[in-house]
Amino acid sequence: MATVKLRGIRKSYGPVEVIKGVDIDINDGEFVVFVGPSGCGKSTLLRMIAGLEDITRGTLEIDGKRVNDLEPSKRGIAMVFQTYAIFPHMSVRENVAFGLTINGVGKAEKEAKVAEAARILQMEHLLDRRPSALSGGQRQRVAIGRAIVRDPKVFLFDEPLSNLDAALRMDMRMEIGKLHQDLGASMIYVTHDQVEAMTLADRIVVLKDGQVMQAGAPMDLYHEPANLFVAGFLGAPSMNFMDVRVSEVTESNVTVSNGALDPVAVPRKGRDFTPGQQATLGVRPQYLSPAETGRGMLHGRVALTERLGSETVLDITLKDGSKLIAALGEDRILAPGTEVNLNFDPGQAHVFPEQR
Amino acid sequence: MAAISSDNHGLRLVVRYAVLTLIAAIFIFPLVFMVMSSFKPDLQLLRDTSSFRAFLPVGDLSLDNYRDAFTRAPVATFVFNSVLVTGLTVLLSLLFCSLAAFSFVFLNWTGRSVLLSVILATLIVPFETIAIPLLLLVSKLPWIGLDGFQIGWLNSYRVQIIPWIADGLTIFLFVQYFKDLPKELIEASRVEGASWWQIYRKVVMPLSGPVLATAAILKFLVMYNQYLWPLIVVQQESYRPVMVGLQYFFQLDTAWGEIMAYLTVITVPVLAFYLVLQRAFIASIASTGVKG
Ligand SMILES: Nc1ncnc2c1ncn2[C@@H]1O[C@H](COP(=O)(O)OP(=O)(O)OP(=O)(O)O)[C@@H](O)[C@H]1O
Ligand SMILES: [Mg+2]
Repeated sequence: MATVKLRGIRKSYGPVEVIKGVDIDINDGEFVVFVGPSGCGKSTLLRMIAGLEDITRGTLEIDGKRVNDLEPSKRGIAMVFQTYAIFPHMSVRENVAFGLTINGVGKAEKEAKVAEAARILQMEHLLDRRPSALSGGQRQRVAIGRAIVRDPKVFLFDEPLSNLDAALRMDMRMEIGKLHQDLGASMIYVTHDQVEAMTLADRIVVLKDGQVMQAGAPMDLYHEPANLFVAGFLGAPSMNFMDVRVSEVTESNVTVSNGALDPVAVPRKGRDFTPGQQATLGVRPQYLSPAETGRGMLHGRVALTERLGSETVLDITLKDGSKLIAALGEDRILAPGTEVNLNFDPGQAHVFPEQR
Repeated sequence: MAAISSDNHGLRLVVRYAVLTLIAAIFIFPLVFMVMSSFKPDLQLLRDTSSFRAFLPVGDLSLDNYRDAFTRAPVATFVFNSVLVTGLTVLLSLLFCSLAAFSFVFLNWTGRSVLLSVILATLIVPFETIAIPLLLLVSKLPWIGLDGFQIGWLNSYRVQIIPWIADGLTIFLFVQYFKDLPKELIEASRVEGASWWQIYRKVVMPLSGPVLATAAILKFLVMYNQYLWPLIVVQQESYRPVMVGLQYFFQLDTAWGEIMAYLTVITVPVLAFYLVLQRAFIASIASTGVKG
């Protein structure tokens, strides 16, 4: 258990800078998830924390101590890789005990620790097998077991579940969450699956092009995205964006409209707008609903209805030709071509000065 | 339908086995000829070559050729020398070349890619071009042995072994193989606290069965067939290897039967080596199969 502190961390491969100044503080026992699109530098950042990549610039502290130049094994971390990285020529037991064997830990202590890890991960019956006789999920369990026995201050996970099928991924996700509760260790977890991020994280760090776009508790990011990128990245189906024109700016609100949207005053949240400028309005599909009475705020026609059981997803073509998705909580069939008018709570909408 | 297609399948199988048998026969016939001839007196041996009898154990068979071969030349010494030189060179070569390749692939030091290119470039230099410079070099090298300090390596085992330990091809084989090992295995070992030596010993080598076997076979063949180099650096009979020993049988009257007996004897270590390695080879593939 320990804190991890990143200060002005940068990484360049030759002339190409892939991490462009990252500051993150991870608290003792916190579960932090790095998310972001492919190539944004999540793995690179994690590998720098692990000590597998040099830090070009900046300071990395673990447990209050600068570790930039320490060997991976001296940093008090354990890492679980996407490809499991378990040794094919060793039994599960030898794999889990590898670090202990290397460091000359006594036989009794080693056996106790392996047994404890096997118990936590419910894989006592697998200990004498070879990795080739294990399923993907079992292999990942071995990799996690190998991390547990080291008793690290910080666990690092690089997309540990992305090689598993959907059902197993959900099981393992819960297990990792439970592991965090049981061990109480700090964990840093890289994924590009936002469901994993939302469910596991105490705090999510959204990365893009080697920079932090926003960091915060999952629901804070969901409800109060700091920018267009975060707004579009978190949530499924993802947030609807509309190109709008600003007509009025007040202390707390900004009024926007376009060809399909009647003027609506949306909270400004401290962002600066000038009347007449183009802006982007974001509304989550879940907050849109057909107007039962009155003329509604958004006007268009139904293009397609998809019933998913728990919700019904409407594909709507707005009057100005743009597309929109609405997710309705109830079972509802609207024939393609039906005219719809939609309402939403302006308090749940977001307006960003950036354009898409 | 089913009958036709299964007939077809059967026919294809027959053709395939016929072709494979033919190829096997082409390779095995010279060996059969060698072994059979080694039991026949010269006159019959030469007469039989004009017919299929050359491959059959017929006529006047005896072990005379073997007895004569062993009296004409110190066969046992030659075989011992070759086995010793070959065995040691193969072992040392596997060790040093894999260590070199390990360093090229996994360690980070400046100039390693340039040096690797230079090493690979030596692959296209034929041995004949460096034989004389190498001879001059080894004739002046110092050595400290059981009998004290001396200059010059000629007439020894070391002169047949040491120059052959490191070679570009073996290093190249290991480099290629190591590059294909999952990088994460090495990284995981580092995170677990393994030293580079432990990573080499406990992770990389146990996974290198196939490349060890390949490199060993190639090296074995090169070393067991050494002729030019020992011919120029070894004048003393007691250090001579088998291929140079063959000369003893091409003097005034060429004794074909004895030659065949000699060849049969010196083929035995090769076969033994293949058998042992084949087992190890298959076992290593079976146990390390890194499956996804
Ligand atoms: N050894 C390297 N040399 C040069 N560029 C590299 C190297 N390793 C990574 N990069 C670059 O750094 C950037 C970040 O890579 P990284 O692997 O961290 O992405 P990621 O966020 O983990 O993506 P993914 O979700 O696909 O795993 C990428 O643009 C990649 O091309
Ligand atoms: Mg990655």
